[in-house]
Parts: sequence; structure tokens; C-alpha cells
Amino acid sequence: MITSAPHAHSGLTTGTVMQRVLVAALPGIAAMVWYFGPGTLIQIALAGSAAFAAEAMVLRLRGRPPGPTLADGSALVTGVLIGIALPPLAPWWLAIAGSAFAILVAKHPYGGLGYNLFNPAMAAYAALLVSFPDAMSQWPGPRPLLSDGTLPGLVDSLQRIFTGQHAAPDGFTMATPLDLFRHNSGLMVQQFQTAHPLFARGDLAGVGWETVNLGFLAGGVYLLARRVITWHAPVAMLAALVLMALLCNDGGSSASRGPPSLHLFSGATMLGAFFIVTDPVTTAASNRGRLLCGLLTGVLVFAIRAWGGYSDGVAFAVLLMNLAAPLIDRITVPRAYGHGRARQHHGAPPE
Amino acid sequence: MNPSEQNPGFGAGLWRDNPALVQLLGLSPLLAMSRSVATALGLGLATLAVLVSSSIAVALLRKRTPDAVRIPVFLLLIATFTGCIELLLQAYRYPLYQALGIFVPLIAANGALLATAAASRRHSLASAARGGLLAGLGFAWVLLLLGALRELLGQGTLCRQMDLLFGPGAAAWQLQVLPDDYEFPLWVLPPGAFLLTGFLLALKNAIDLRRGTSAPPASVPTPGAKRVRVTGVPPPDSRS
Repeated sequence: MITSAPHAHSGLTTGTVMQRVLVAALPGIAAMVWYFGPGTLIQIALAGSAAFAAEAMVLRLRGRPPGPTLADGSALVTGVLIGIALPPLAPWWLAIAGSAFAILVAKHPYGGLGYNLFNPAMAAYAALLVSFPDAMSQWPGPRPLLSDGTLPGLVDSLQRIFTGQHAAPDGFTMATPLDLFRHNSGLMVQQFQTAHPLFARGDLAGVGWETVNLGFLAGGVYLLARRVITWHAPVAMLAALVLMALLCNDGGSSASRGPPSLHLFSGATMLGAFFIVTDPVTTAASNRGRLLCGLLTGVLVFAIRAWGGYSDGVAFAVLLMNLAAPLIDRITVPRAYGHGRARQHHGAPPE
Repeated sequence: MNPSEQNPGFGAGLWRDNPALVQLLGLSPLLAMSRSVATALGLGLATLAVLVSSSIAVALLRKRTPDAVRIPVFLLLIATFTGCIELLLQAYRYPLYQALGIFVPLIAANGALLATAAASRRHSLASAARGGLLAGLGFAWVLLLLGALRELLGQGTLCRQMDLLFGPGAAAWQLQVLPDDYEFPLWVLPPGAFLLTGFLLALKNAIDLRRGTSAPPASVPTPGAKRVRVTGVPPPDSRS
């Protein structure tokens, strides 16, 4: 949506915003590397460079000057987000295919940065997930739970990612906390949490996963402090997620969909809340609209995790809300100063 | 209404008035049955046969069709020929009939057929047959191209399962174009159909623009129109 004047310039350029987003992602990435091995760094490098190359290619095709658009780093951020979202030891072509899809299908056919309907990184993630559900769910277990030396190091990771060959057998893949909860049958939540090593040490949302989410939360707080994002969408999304988890929590029976702590600090929750839902292009324009968008995203994330076909639902929830954002903009038109309540525009849509 | 109805140069179904790419008619069979070359070709030929025969029938009966009931008459004729094709497929190509499923009887509900029938009504037998043939070929080539693209991008092959159409001997026609272990199921899944149809539309418009055959509609506001908000103003170039 194009909002009406007057606009105040915040002094931020796209380039600065993207730099800060990259800085903010560092704590989460560091936690991922510590718990799940250096594969994440390789995925980020692969996806980032593929996104950059695809962007350069499309700009050339479209006859646009590539310099300024490449320098603003938006393609790089898309690539980095894809790299973070991929399982660390996924084969190399997943990252390349995902980045190419993000730039060539989700971003530029709509007009490029600022015009895309869907968040490119999430569109790519969803495309990969529906196409390659097996490769996309092979997450290694967190380092503390694996015996020494099972988690692939840098050289081993490179070998696995690029050739698919590996010296040792797969002794390290492990279901994620959300996967486990999804396939829980017959264990009360408390029994469940003592039965699985991921939760056994009193961890709220699974060893490793909670630290990674705390890392992205820290990055989100930094983005808030630097005024890159506003609090509305992330807070609304997290609040809706907690609320839904509380509503559907029946005191810990085996049919329970997991306590709020699990939903807050597992899966892609914090990454989604602070790095994806806050994407200024694909979310609603006004603060009220962003509140509503975030709220509904949180509800959808919970609904997909609890009753959907996939163990995490951030990508699908975000894409659905991207579609709804223009409608949300229509019902949350900000009141013009000096006027009464903004009236809804009742023009019939063109046939 | 269908552009060829006002247009005396009826018969440009292959490109200018292509039912699939310009009139955007019959999209549901187009999207659903373009999973592979075999299904696309099968449905394309079946649709072509119904289009030609119903166009001829409409033109033959044009003097006897009262205006008030012309659409029920068209529908009856189209449904009759669809029924014939369905029975023929059941008799001679049962596996193909099963692969196409509901989309064989749904040929009768394809908007492209009704539009062509409405146009055929103003034409002599020969020109109606030609119009139906061109519209059918126009629909079929888009369906076939989309089927080839989706099969190639999704599974890395071309012409798999051609035995559905041409009997057991054709099973060997399968071409492995991309490496053996290549697959990207997104393109075979429904989203791939929508995405590729969009790209084909864009490609057609780009070709038309380049040849100068169709100018894009000018986005100049109507004189006297009031503009209250700033939406609709071309964005400044810096935004890209």
C-alpha cells in the first residue's frame, strides 16, 4: 500500500536497514553454529551468493542499473534468511534453488524490492518444503546431546553438502522439538519432557533450539532499539501464539499441543517474529494494521503447528498473511488529522 | 464478451485471440491437466475434437436457432460431442480416460467452447470449422507447452507415459532430459501450474509488445476524474 503524505524521513536508507538486519541475525546464527555445527554458515554463504547473483542477473535482464540495488543488500538479506532456515547439512542445490526461486519468482516478477507481494525468503522456504519434505527436515541434534565428534565439523559438513558423501554414518540427525511433539502419542506432557533428552535437563523448548531462539530475540531487541522495526507485529504475533497455546493447553494431557514456552522458543518463532513478520514490504502499512497482521500470523502459526500437516508453520502463516495484508490495509486506514473516523472505501472492485 | 464476437477477423485463435493466453478461458483444465506432456496432449486433442465438431454443428444449425435459447442450444451441442469423446476414450483409451478423470466431462463446461460456439453462429460452415480448429489448436498448444514445461522442470523428463495415448509401444518414448535423479515437484504441483501460466502470459505480452502488435492500455486518468488520494500515481523511479 502506498500511504498518503506527509511522510517523515526516518533517516534510514535501505542499505542501512539491511546492514542492521544482518548484524541483528548474528547472535542467532552464532547459536545455530554452536549447537548444530558450521553447516549453517555454508548454507548462508551459498544462499547469499546465489541470491546476489540472481538479483544481478534479473536487474540486467530488466535493464536496470544493478549497482545501487545490489548495494542495498536486500537480496543478500533474503539469501541469509534462506540459509538460516535450511537444515545445516542440506545438499547444496537446495540453497541455490531456494535463492533463485526467491529472487526470480517471488520478487522480481512483481516488480522487485518494494513491490513484491510475498516475503521472498518465506516463499522460497515454502516452495522447498513442499517439494523436498525429506531433505528439509533433516536437522542434526544439538551438540550437547551427541557423543563427541558425531556432529560434523567444517570439512565434513562441506563434504556432505557438496558431494552427499560422508565418512561416518548418520549418527546425528534428530527430530526437532516440534516434530517430537507432533508425533507424541500417549505421553502426558510431563512424562514426555522427562522421556526425551531434548527436554530432560529442564529445558523449556528443547536443548539448543531455545538458545537459538533467544539469539534471534536478542537480535530483535537490537532492531527495535535501532528503530529498524516497530514492536507491533512481533509483539502481537508472540502474544497470539502464547494465547493460543494457553487456550489449547489442557493441563498437560497427551493430546496437549505443547506449553506456551515450547511455542515461543522452538522452531522458527523468534526468527519469524523479528525478521520476517516485520518485513516492511509485505506486511500492513499502519501500526494498527501491523498489530492485526502479527496477531493473525501468531494464530495461524499455532494452528498449523497444532492441527496442520507440517511441524512448523511460520512460513505458511507469513505467506497467508502477506496475501491478507492489502485487505488489512483497507480496514485499518489511519485517521487523517482533523477528520472524523476514516470511512471504509466502498468502491466496487473492477470486474 | 469474447472479442472475436465483435471482430470480423474471427479465427485468430492461435495467437491474437488465443483462448488460454488472451481470453483466459478454460483455465481449470489448463492448470489441472498440464502435469505432463501425455495428459496435456490427451486433453488438448479431446478439446480440439469437441471444439471443431461443435463449431460445425452450431454453424449448421445457425438459421434454426432462436436467439432466446441460443446458449442452451450451444451447451446441448457441446455436451453431446463431449459425451461422444468420453465414450470414445472409454472404448479405446481407457487408461487415458482414467488419467484425465473429471476433466473429460468438464470439457462441456469449458468457457472457450461456449465462446467459440457463440462466434461460430455468425459464420458459414467452412469459416466456423476453421475458427473452431484454430481456437482448439490455440488451446492445445498452450496446454502442451505448459505440460512440457511442467514435466521438464518437475521431473526432468519429456513424454513420459505416452502409452496412455499411443498404446504400449509408446512407453519407450520417454526422454530423460535432465539428470536421472533430478526432481523439483513444485512445478508438478498446482502452484507450479499457476506460476508457469503467469510466466507464459508475461512472455506472450512481452513478445506482443516487442512486435508492436498490441499497445498496453494507457493508464492516463479519464479527463474530469477527481483524484483525492495519491494512489495510482506512477511511483518515482528511485523506488525501484
